[in-house]
Amino acid sequence: MSEPEGRGAARTDAPKGRGAAWSEERGTRNERRATREGGALSAPEAQRKQSAELVRCAHAPAARPAVPLYRPPQARLPRLLAGMSYHQPTDLREHERRYGPIPLRGHSGRERPQRLIDVVDRSGLTGRGGAGFPTGRKMRSVATGRGPATVVANGAEGEPASCKDRLLLTRLPHLVMDGISLAADAVGASEAFLCVHRKETDLLATLAYAADARRRAGVDPVPVQVIGIPGRYVSSEQSSIVQFINGGPAKPTFAPPRPHERGVAGRPTLENNVETLAHLALIARYGDTWFRGVGLPSATGSALVTVGGTVARPGVYEIELGTPIGQVIMQAGGPTERPQALLVGGYFGTWIPAEYAWQIPLAQPTLRAAGGAMGAGIVIALPVTSCGLAETARVVRYLAEETAGQCGPCVMGLPALADALADLAYQGGRGRVLDQISRLLPVIEGRGACRHPDGATKLVRSALRTFSAEVQWHDQRGACYGVRRDPLLPVPGDEEREWGWK
Amino acid sequence: MTVSFGGPGLWYATRAAGLVTLLLLTLSALLGVLTAGRFASPTWPRFMTVGLHRNLSLLALVFVALHIATTVLDSYTSIQVSAAFIPFISSYKRGWLGLGAIALDLLIALVVTSLTRIRLGHRAWRLVHWSGYACWPVAVAHGVGAGTDEGTAWAVDMTIVCVAAVAGAIAWRILQRWPERRVLRMSVTALAALGVPVVLSLSGYGL
Amino acid sequence: MGLEMSIKLRVNPTMCDGHGMCAELLPEIITLDQWGYPILAPGPVPRPLADHAKRAAEACPTLALLIDETRHKHR
Repeated sequence: MSEPEGRGAARTDAPKGRGAAWSEERGTRNERRATREGGALSAPEAQRKQSAELVRCAHAPAARPAVPLYRPPQARLPRLLAGMSYHQPTDLREHERRYGPIPLRGHSGRERPQRLIDVVDRSGLTGRGGAGFPTGRKMRSVATGRGPATVVANGAEGEPASCKDRLLLTRLPHLVMDGISLAADAVGASEAFLCVHRKETDLLATLAYAADARRRAGVDPVPVQVIGIPGRYVSSEQSSIVQFINGGPAKPTFAPPRPHERGVAGRPTLENNVETLAHLALIARYGDTWFRGVGLPSATGSALVTVGGTVARPGVYEIELGTPIGQVIMQAGGPTERPQALLVGGYFGTWIPAEYAWQIPLAQPTLRAAGGAMGAGIVIALPVTSCGLAETARVVRYLAEETAGQCGPCVMGLPALADALADLAYQGGRGRVLDQISRLLPVIEGRGACRHPDGATKLVRSALRTFSAEVQWHDQRGACYGVRRDPLLPVPGDEEREWGWK
Repeated sequence: MTVSFGGPGLWYATRAAGLVTLLLLTLSALLGVLTAGRFASPTWPRFMTVGLHRNLSLLALVFVALHIATTVLDSYTSIQVSAAFIPFISSYKRGWLGLGAIALDLLIALVVTSLTRIRLGHRAWRLVHWSGYACWPVAVAHGVGAGTDEGTAWAVDMTIVCVAAVAGAIAWRILQRWPERRVLRMSVTALAALGVPVVLSLSGYGL
Repeated sequence: MGLEMSIKLRVNPTMCDGHGMCAELLPEIITLDQWGYPILAPGPVPRPLADHAKRAAEACPTLALLIDETRHKHR
């Protein structure tokens, strides 16, 4: 599998072990499943094939030579993925050979740590975990908080359709840990945590090994503690992780105080996605001007995007922010079937009609203007032969099962919404269901402690808008032919799901 | 100098205050269970349940104070004030009075934590408030053992009614909380059915 | 010039158990949805209802109804 040089695309493994629905299996099993709602399509054949590809990639002679990257790479892209190692990702010496030592330069006075925050501010780096909050501002508010701080790196990718964080942590763990260290130094933290789902035992072992190597080499002023958190969807939310580290269940907490004011052990806590921290590690080496060299003025830099659905080469790609979505899809090999709509931003994102979405630059401000959001950088192509309503119904069912169970409107409302959508998708609405849904949506949104119900309602609203023609058909005539197609959006199967919170 | 009075007046007063306290505490416990069980009807809103529960508890505190004061001042039995708060230090009916002191201590804890609930936070308040399930039966036991009216029929009947009311409320609450548990329903019903003749026969001995 | 206090109500949804006492005590501002959980009317509490709002917050069995008092200068 040859990699085209200099195209800024680094082809990587498609998600495995996540009940990935990138399956090529057809047949009666899927038809039977599609005619009743729910259930994930676990695809052992597809997973085995993907694992084989992964092994091939891992052992391929370096499609990119292991160039030392003391200076910023000349090509615009790849940036993060430029130093991706296929050989020994956990080898600290190899990492230092490639990137140079971590630019900490000892503790030489108060102003030095603050300078990194200024650089990050100027670079315009925003969070890559979904919220898109300006990282410099977050760091500054933690740094000016009371007492020593804590840094939490969030690598617990809750979105089933995303695997960019997983990629970073398996292939570039030391870059992420550099970012953690630099952030810890900049905000005056005395503790640092790196969180992943505890079911990913291989990943935990890899990261523990890497952290151990760094500890022995004395690279980090604050040693990174790798912890496994429960694999629930809402557990990867910022306040959930903080509560879990504090000894409680991995459930979101009610807003004030926010983690950056009082988080882990009551200290100001900086929580960042691992991709954000990886970008930070590069900004610290190459500067803010370099970072701003790609992207838009309002959305600087590059980002990792997971492209899925009916595309030729689903996987993780690094793109310049502001790349039109259509171009991103073409980088992933283009659609294999004619797309009707794209799901942008993951399960808390929005459905956008394909022709309209094709032109939209993939970046937070442009997507916001179009009524969507960037989310954790996920783009999934839905073909015309699939039923967007059925896909949405499955996802909302999953989201309803993944509530924290704390807030009444979410606990009661999401299952009701899932029932109504399944009714509409598989049984037809007969005029009642649409009414039910439109009455449920305003009662659910904004009434939870976290953004879980809001994400679900946003997805449903965008589905009703984008698939309005199908909605009318389903309402009047019942299920369409598209429901019989294989489920496309990945939903973890029962054997992969965890149910505990502690 | 100790103040003491002679004559049966204080004795009557302390019995009266004690009985009224028993009634008030019973009502309060009943309303507390109903609050937790979200009892409501078209004519009885929920805030009335909790409001009455609160006010009756405070009133019970007043009558307890009366009950203690009249007992202490009564020269017939030399019970010091501290015996009302520290259990098992009085010479007169040590055990039964001790129970009263325990009930009083619990009652004070309940009232104080409830008055400072907002400052205390919900979790701490709830932890202490569970002891209400201990306070009331201990108070009833104190009444049965230390009360000097317990031989009479009306006192026994009153005690039985109080116990039945609260037991019934608790049974209702248990059944309502776990409506699907058949075994639970059956055991609670059996307990209630057996409990009635047992209590009646026991009280026949004039406890 | 004087100090004016404005009161805003908030619900802590993780603590709210849907008892509904707040809606009984302050029906002008709080209504219950189909599952018994409170829906607050947006905006600050009008001054004549301030005492009722405080009583509603005290009555909440789980202390889920919260009052934010802000003082600001009044021209």
